[in-house]
Amino acid sequence: MQSPLRLERRLTQPKWLNWGVPLLSLLGALILGAVVLMATGKNPISVYMRILERGFASTDAFSRTLISATPYAFTGLAASVAFRMGLINIGGEGQLYLGTIGAAFAGIAFADQPTPIIITAMIICGMLFGGFWAAIVGVLKAKFSTNEIITSLMLNYIAAILLDYLIFNSTSYWRDPKSFGFPTGKRLVEAAYWYDMSFGPIKVPFGFLVAMIAAGIVWFLYNRTRFGYEVSVIASSPSAARYAGIRTRWKIITVMSLSGALAGLGGASDVGDFRHVLDAKGVQIAGYGYTGIVVAALARLNPISAIFVAVFLGGLSNAGYALQGPDFPSGLVGTLQGLILFTAVAGEILTRYRIKRQTHVAEGVPS
Amino acid sequence: MVDDTDSKLTVTMKGIVKRFPGVVANDGVDFEARAGEVHALLGENGAGKSTLSNVLTGLYRPDEGTISLNNEVVHFDSPREALERGIGMVHQHFRLVNSFTVAENIILGEQSKNLMMDTSAAIERISALATQYGIAVDPNARIWQLSVGEQQRVEILKALYHGAKILILDEPTAVLTPQEADALFVVLRSMVAEGRTVIFISHKLDEVMAVADRITVLRAGKTVSTIECATTTTRDLARLMVGRDVVFDRVVRTSQAEPDNVVLQISNIDANDDRGRQALTSIFLTVGKSEIVAIAGVAGNGQRELAEVIGGMRNATRGTVAVNNEVIPNGRVRKSMSAGVSHVPEDRLHTGLVADHSVEDNLILKSYRRAPISKYSVLRRGVIRDQATDIIKKYDVKTPGTTTPVRLLSGGNVQKILLAREFNTSPSVMVVSSPTRGLDVGAIENVRKRLVEAADSGVGVLLISEDLEEIFALADRILVMYEGTIVGNIAAHDATRESIGLLMGGIAIHQENN
Repeated sequence: MQSPLRLERRLTQPKWLNWGVPLLSLLGALILGAVVLMATGKNPISVYMRILERGFASTDAFSRTLISATPYAFTGLAASVAFRMGLINIGGEGQLYLGTIGAAFAGIAFADQPTPIIITAMIICGMLFGGFWAAIVGVLKAKFSTNEIITSLMLNYIAAILLDYLIFNSTSYWRDPKSFGFPTGKRLVEAAYWYDMSFGPIKVPFGFLVAMIAAGIVWFLYNRTRFGYEVSVIASSPSAARYAGIRTRWKIITVMSLSGALAGLGGASDVGDFRHVLDAKGVQIAGYGYTGIVVAALARLNPISAIFVAVFLGGLSNAGYALQGPDFPSGLVGTLQGLILFTAVAGEILTRYRIKRQTHVAEGVPS
Repeated sequence: MVDDTDSKLTVTMKGIVKRFPGVVANDGVDFEARAGEVHALLGENGAGKSTLSNVLTGLYRPDEGTISLNNEVVHFDSPREALERGIGMVHQHFRLVNSFTVAENIILGEQSKNLMMDTSAAIERISALATQYGIAVDPNARIWQLSVGEQQRVEILKALYHGAKILILDEPTAVLTPQEADALFVVLRSMVAEGRTVIFISHKLDEVMAVADRITVLRAGKTVSTIECATTTTRDLARLMVGRDVVFDRVVRTSQAEPDNVVLQISNIDANDDRGRQALTSIFLTVGKSEIVAIAGVAGNGQRELAEVIGGMRNATRGTVAVNNEVIPNGRVRKSMSAGVSHVPEDRLHTGLVADHSVEDNLILKSYRRAPISKYSVLRRGVIRDQATDIIKKYDVKTPGTTTPVRLLSGGNVQKILLAREFNTSPSVMVVSSPTRGLDVGAIENVRKRLVEAADSGVGVLLISEDLEEIFALADRILVMYEGTIVGNIAAHDATRESIGLLMGGIAIHQENN
């Protein structure tokens, strides 16, 4: 038996789908979430109101949301950049760790310099370290056709072990020799703290501004330059890319490095804006890299949308921290995020296909 | 599933019509194969051979016409149903699981009552069948360990095991060495001696003559004739296959070809195909200024590889390609492009163009690296749009706009865009593969006119085509490719369809070189 409904490929994608589908997905996720909440005996309306209030509704809440959003914005951009060429970079997590290592190194090494120089050095080192980590994946794929999903994922674990080694298992450059008992990293001097900017009552982390600039650059790169054109040809048709003489292998390495550099920049911002130390455990618990994949998927790989999505998800997790307690299950925010991703991926199908009622009856047997 | 060779099967297909959007693949085909014969189905690519066999095996349902087995009308909804009635097929591309053993592949899909597969009984039967027909295969070998020829034997065994009394082989020798092909013919003969029927699909004249009892020739979806092998010659078959000489319009040229003013020179080229087998052997050819040189041949005889070598998409393993007397580096697309080579691949929509990209983005695929399209690595959208608007007007492309994805356009308009872009690069040499395949009459005329215009303006055109009518309409000189070599080089006015058809079928004739 065939289902009476079937999917039919859309010939063109109407513009309204670009915002309509994500909004519908969000609505769908909220409805599904409400079912979960009611099943656990909570009033969904009041829970959602509290999330809105604690995540977005006050200037204080919004300032905190931007803090949560900053790393998501970077890892979201990193994932988008790679996914746009069909490279499934799951390694944003490890690339971000390497970014924290690089930025902490610069922060310690340039401690006696003026702030602008330290910040610049931290940004450059964070990007270089993260980019290098991703370039390993790119080179392996370009030279030996290894699967980037697996190599980038495996490198996450290696990066985590590297972090632990630098702080807990060695007397490395990063470890504070004066830390007794529980080993910690060297704390950065205050001159290495990234700027706090204020727009009216809202505090904006310097890293968030950098993320917005990066999003603008990525958008320009992908939509207005030869580089972006080549990436889009490779993504849409590898054989056409070969035909046009585009060096696909080089692009794989370049795009992976760019993706890793953006994640590494997120790591630099994590050190410079918030932690001011190489915090081996804290950064691993946060899981920014994996959330970046969610950001990219929800933003439909658009770098500008990625910023907005990052703010939205930042608000959710911020509300999650603020509301955690006996009457507010801590897993709820994760559940909601998962539902949103789920509905967004389902909704993605609707941008490419439309649902049609089956009118075609199986043809009669010719006789 | 009892192996019962005593019940012999005669299959009769009457008035088979199968339409696909825009194409009538089978247009009233009559076909009959008797028990105990090798019946060849001969025809050019696109003549409808594969469609007919897919109808017979239940993969397609005919729009009109009937299939009967021993005078009983049958309907097959799937290959499984056809196989249950004794019709099995060996496809050109094998359907085997590489990591499984021969025996596991053969019993794959069998309904089993037990959770575990019991291969021991199967292995015994497989061995018995193999001995009976002289098919040497180890049932315990894994598929990936086998050569292509051995894999084909596994496919044949699979069909026999499942009780096929009528076995259809689709271009079985395409993947075989001559020795393997001879061994296959012996197996086929022993099968028909047992009273089975073999339907042998091919476009190679000599092997059809070697193995078949009777031959049915298809052309353009219709049955041309069914003849006894003993009463025909390869020459007659060639004529039947490519059609009688019909009067066709030769496109009028305004400039004379200058074959001595060489713009493309290919010397001693060898190259491998995608799987690393040798596809080209010692190719020599030249194309002169304003000359249209056609390469005739059935697809898969090395034409694509040759075009890719010239276009820089494929490395030659030996030999050189020179444009305007300058050797271009091996396997470098950009070097080929800048030397003045334009390559129009046969896969327009996925190689020549990016199907999902807009018309304007496709028009810059060869020029986006240079001014005026880009400046300081930044694309100039305004210039790109203006260029697209101009080209759409000049070449009369029917498109809703410059930002429409090319996959939404008709085949003729897709080809117009591809050719327009290539002409815009002002090439010295154009390598054009099957430029009118799948197009309608109006679009075909348009494309041919453009190619002749290019030649008139001095471009040397290498036209790779299976369409003899097109070759005779356009070419100054005709080369024939067969199994990776050039087997004929004939001035167009000296060539006949028959002589070209024979060469395409691998029959060497006395020829006049020029």
